[in-house]
Amino acid sequence: MKIALFILALLLSATAVAREAVPESADPVLEKRVVKLTSDLRCLVCQNQSLADSHADLAIDLKNQVRAQMLEGKSDAEIRDYMVARYGDFVLYDPPFKARTVLLWAGPFVLMVIGLGGLAIYLRGRRSRVDAGEQLTPADRARAEKMLRGEPGGEA
Amino acid sequence: MKRFLPLAIFLVLAVFLAVGLQLNPREVPSPLIDKPAPAFRLPQLQEPARNLGLDDMKGKVWLLNVWASWCVACLDEHPVMVEYSKRNVLPIYGLNYKDKREDALAWLGKHGNPYTVSIQDADGRVGIDYGVYGVPETYLIDGNGVIRYKRIGPVTPEIFEQKILPLARKLQG
Repeated sequence: MKIALFILALLLSATAVAREAVPESADPVLEKRVVKLTSDLRCLVCQNQSLADSHADLAIDLKNQVRAQMLEGKSDAEIRDYMVARYGDFVLYDPPFKARTVLLWAGPFVLMVIGLGGLAIYLRGRRSRVDAGEQLTPADRARAEKMLRGEPGGEA
Repeated sequence: MKRFLPLAIFLVLAVFLAVGLQLNPREVPSPLIDKPAPAFRLPQLQEPARNLGLDDMKGKVWLLNVWASWCVACLDEHPVMVEYSKRNVLPIYGLNYKDKREDALAWLGKHGNPYTVSIQDADGRVGIDYGVYGVPETYLIDGNGVIRYKRIGPVTPEIFEQKILPLARKLQG
């Protein structure tokens, strides 16, 4: 009986959640477009959330703006331009490549090139040291073997 | 050389992090600086039957201060606006952002009214056009209706004295 009640409660809570997710306009295709576009736009009040995720007042206003403009027949690109004109490239989670954003886009690759370059120089230096005859002397070798076997006399 | 490598890496990281800590992520550079201010025509707060538009301000260098009675930081800033409005150096206009008229009037009654005129942006549409995302925000607009300066967050006496006033005097010629 208790279990049945519990399951009933679970089912009811599921419908409660479902009700919360009802889209704000009746057109599911439009609503999908709104969510898709606003997922790429940053909420300026809570900066690590997208407009789609945010429930901040401004985010709700902006989502309504997006919806209203879509109903007026504006394209996604036009609406994105509308947001950029007001809030700058900062609203875009996928900012365009231009002079101001060069470091953002190219930075990781520059770091990778520096890292690979450093690695190459290091490896080449090591190989040339080996080639130059820097090899283990028999005495060193005997010491190393003792160390590995854990015998006394290997230290220092 | 090799011995100092970790130290060098540490120093570079420390410099980057120190610079990063100084930056304020809430100060998003506005794309509106040096661009024409977005047009508006809104009812006045005190006399809703009359309105005020951007074109009424032509030829004036003026300050547009976005405020609301629900905004806590606006209260911090308010004495600064009141003080400078008394000095008559620069006309200050208020954009009452997403507020209730009664609340806004009561707030001005209680804390003083520095604004030549306040206009009501009840649904926040004009705020969106001005890229408002954190009240208070303040715009310095020149005689041609171009935005010359924007401050996000409370204006302090230092900012008024060192940034807004010198620029306004220059624009006033």
